[in-house]
Amino acid sequence: MPYPTDRRYTKDHEWVRVSGDAATFGITDYAQHELGDVVFVDLPVSGTKVAAGQTFGTVESVKAVSEIYAPASGEVIEINSSLSDAPEKINQDPHGAAWLVKVRLADPAEIDSLMDAATYEAYIAENSREASA
Amino acid sequence: MVGFGGWDMPVEYAAPGGIIAEHMAVRTAVGLFDVSHMGDILIESAGHPGSALAAVQHISMNDAGQLAVGQAQYSALLYPEGTFVDDVLVHRTGEENYLLVINAGTRDKDVQWVRANTSSFPCSVRDLGDDFTQLAIQGPRAGELLQTLADTDLSRIKNYWFTWGTMCGFPRVMIARTGYTGEDGFEIYIPSDVPTSEMVWSRILEAGKPLGILPCGLGARNTLRLEAKMALYGHEIGDKINVWEAGLDRFCRMEKSEFIGHAALERARASGVRRVLAGLEMLDRGIARDGYKVFDDAGREIGTITSGSPSPFLKKNIALAYVPPECATIGRTVLVEVRGQKLKAQIVPTPFYKRPKR
Repeated sequence: MPYPTDRRYTKDHEWVRVSGDAATFGITDYAQHELGDVVFVDLPVSGTKVAAGQTFGTVESVKAVSEIYAPASGEVIEINSSLSDAPEKINQDPHGAAWLVKVRLADPAEIDSLMDAATYEAYIAENSREASA
Repeated sequence: MVGFGGWDMPVEYAAPGGIIAEHMAVRTAVGLFDVSHMGDILIESAGHPGSALAAVQHISMNDAGQLAVGQAQYSALLYPEGTFVDDVLVHRTGEENYLLVINAGTRDKDVQWVRANTSSFPCSVRDLGDDFTQLAIQGPRAGELLQTLADTDLSRIKNYWFTWGTMCGFPRVMIARTGYTGEDGFEIYIPSDVPTSEMVWSRILEAGKPLGILPCGLGARNTLRLEAKMALYGHEIGDKINVWEAGLDRFCRMEKSEFIGHAALERARASGVRRVLAGLEMLDRGIARDGYKVFDDAGREIGTITSGSPSPFLKKNIALAYVPPECATIGRTVLVEVRGQKLKAQIVPTPFYKRPKR
């Protein structure tokens, strides 16, 4: 799956797409693939403050619990409530319909330090090589 | 791939797999597992008739004296404290020999322990763990599938019996009606060389295609055995848990001759168990995982989850936990601490899944 170029990526395999002073967070296709069948998503309520690099929720697959880390700081303004009944959407459309939360960014410049799509693709290719070595 | 007892093993196979699909293939059709990591110990009388049986009786809790040639039983090796060295399948492979199938993670320990504790018997003990590729073909359609590759009438092999037959052209393959999924199925023991192993693996997958076979990894193996409440070493059983606590009474024959752990189990039975293995079903949204703490409704800590997972077949979140007997009443509400939150769960009957009679 090609990684969309309209967003930035973290080393923990989250993505962030900015529009104005708001941003959407999600997890990457690589992350959903590593997790396997997603069966449960735990997200913060609107109004929660999140801090860059800090955990703000969890995604659980059959086999594992995985923390999700905020790509940038801000306040949650909307959560993707459709995921609570259909967490498998994360496996099907991680970069689109299965976004996790929308956040009003505290400092939009924070995301400049994150990876662009090409850098992220190189990063996961390196990760996969290490895993299979 | 993950490390497992010194083996690299897939948690799940690539699409169209995934743990849920693999799990459902076994419950509704057939799945194929590479379980070559399982260890094998052969105990033979070696010119001293009766010594193999005497040794097996001494080191295991079930009554191997009840086994006919071609029959297998679930059993366990115990410490003198009545706790678990490992659980095993004992196969009587001949008048004077027994094959013990053991766990991968405990292989070295088991082999050493068996050697040490049978040293006073004139039998021979051999570690055959590297001699076999062990494949498990599990599911309601496993027999139908395997029959197309075997020259033996598999319908004549009863549950927990085995025979030898030609499989994919290889003679004298041990074919056992055993498994670790709660489903009907077979485990076969073929020569461990790579060309043979790959050929048999591929032939089974090919022949199973019309039935919807999937290769299954460790993930599905775990969810399947959990639904069937089959114990996993290091979780439901271990060196701190005794037979009564684990609820494995029916595989422990106190009335047979003495065996290691017998005396401690007598005492433990007289003093009563302080904890039992209970089945839990989550009522609140959340998944209980291994190691999570369990509380009663008054907030008192009462136990720990040994295994917990979403159940792909039942579509509920299930778990096993050791709790005091008075807390294990069916229908009772308990709390499981999930990331700092105490979530409601209910004690339910086990096994969570029982295969329908066909």
